[in-house]
Amino acid sequence: MTAHTLTTADIYAWLEEVKDPEIPVLSLVDLGVITGVFMEGDHIKVEMTPTFVGCPAMDFMKGEVLDVLKKHGIKDAEVEINFKHAWSSDNISEKGKLALKKYGFAPPPPTSEILTDLSILEHATCPRCTGTNTEMKSPFGPTLCRSLHYCFDCREAFEQFKPV
Amino acid sequence: MNEIGLKELLYKMADDLLILGHRNSEWTGMGPLLEEDIAFSSMAQDKVGQSLALYTILHQLGEQDPDTVAFTRNAGQFHNCILVELPNQEYDFSLIRHFLFDMADALRWEMLTQSSYEPLSLLAKKVRGELRYHTLHATTWMKQLGSATETSIARLQQSLTTVTPFALAIFEESPYEKEIIESGVFEGEKVLMEKWKLKIADVISQTQLMLPDWKTITPMLGGRTGKHSEHLQPMLEEMSEVFRIDPTAEW
Repeated sequence: MTAHTLTTADIYAWLEEVKDPEIPVLSLVDLGVITGVFMEGDHIKVEMTPTFVGCPAMDFMKGEVLDVLKKHGIKDAEVEINFKHAWSSDNISEKGKLALKKYGFAPPPPTSEILTDLSILEHATCPRCTGTNTEMKSPFGPTLCRSLHYCFDCREAFEQFKPV
Repeated sequence: MNEIGLKELLYKMADDLLILGHRNSEWTGMGPLLEEDIAFSSMAQDKVGQSLALYTILHQLGEQDPDTVAFTRNAGQFHNCILVELPNQEYDFSLIRHFLFDMADALRWEMLTQSSYEPLSLLAKKVRGELRYHTLHATTWMKQLGSATETSIARLQQSLTTVTPFALAIFEESPYEKEIIESGVFEGEKVLMEKWKLKIADVISQTQLMLPDWKTITPMLGGRTGKHSEHLQPMLEEMSEVFRIDPTAEW
């Protein structure tokens, strides 16, 4: 057996195991909140940034990241939360957007679209029937990152991951 | 950079957000309709989170840790404007306060994206996107209720008249205003106030409400130097009641 030299790609692969506590199909990597992995000798540093500054799940996610690193035998690990690379919903990967949709959430449209046309916020695409005959019921939903919508085509309420 | 001036700016912003965040949270379970209940609760969570981020920067500058700063000071040590500490009263009052404060807050963060102090400019780039939802919420309701029924217009108008003297005191200048501006940390309260007046006038002009003549209003100053209304101390006691039972408890 040849010794494998640990790379940051390995760490990213491990971090795929850590899911958003509110959306268990979405990994932190796909969510885009892992903003850097740095290795210096045996010391591993993971940088994270919150989706929303007031996200109450941040400490929990930080703990989960440390647990996963520990599980893979890393003894000297550190997680730093900072705003060097501020999170935007554009940072959610394509795989992540697909996972959101499958889970029943409308994925966020590109933020560049809202800057030119606010009505995109008002008429989100329904994740069930893909109709756009919808209305925003409230820009605030069950968590800071989600808004409430209603679809007139399939007559179901749904949530959208907010473009921000 | 003038560190005392910088800290003063960070403290007043953090205290505004913590206190208004707490007031917003008092709508939890009490909102006039479910969506509003959730909206004020969510904005509370955003604001308290943003205040934590600012207290964390202060901690890195040598101030005490965020919990100690938030939960152990007395009213006289808080730098928030009086506007944010006033009790919620009726929904029309809370809505007007939300509109007037958040329009100023959104502009302040927008200006701070250009700050020469990097921790603040990085945070500002993040917060500005979140605040878009607060101002969207505020302006949507202002436009709807400000042109809806006789009652809704009259009630909003009355609150607008009552709140504007307090709102003007958001822009109470600090003794370090000149240093803060010269060092490029922040363009200053005067510039912010002028931008704010234009923004709110634009929204109000789309309703049947009337803005008072600014020249006739005396701002209710004092909050920035620790001179508060009688409402702040009881609020702080309620907010910190659990923390003070056992400040060393692990949460």
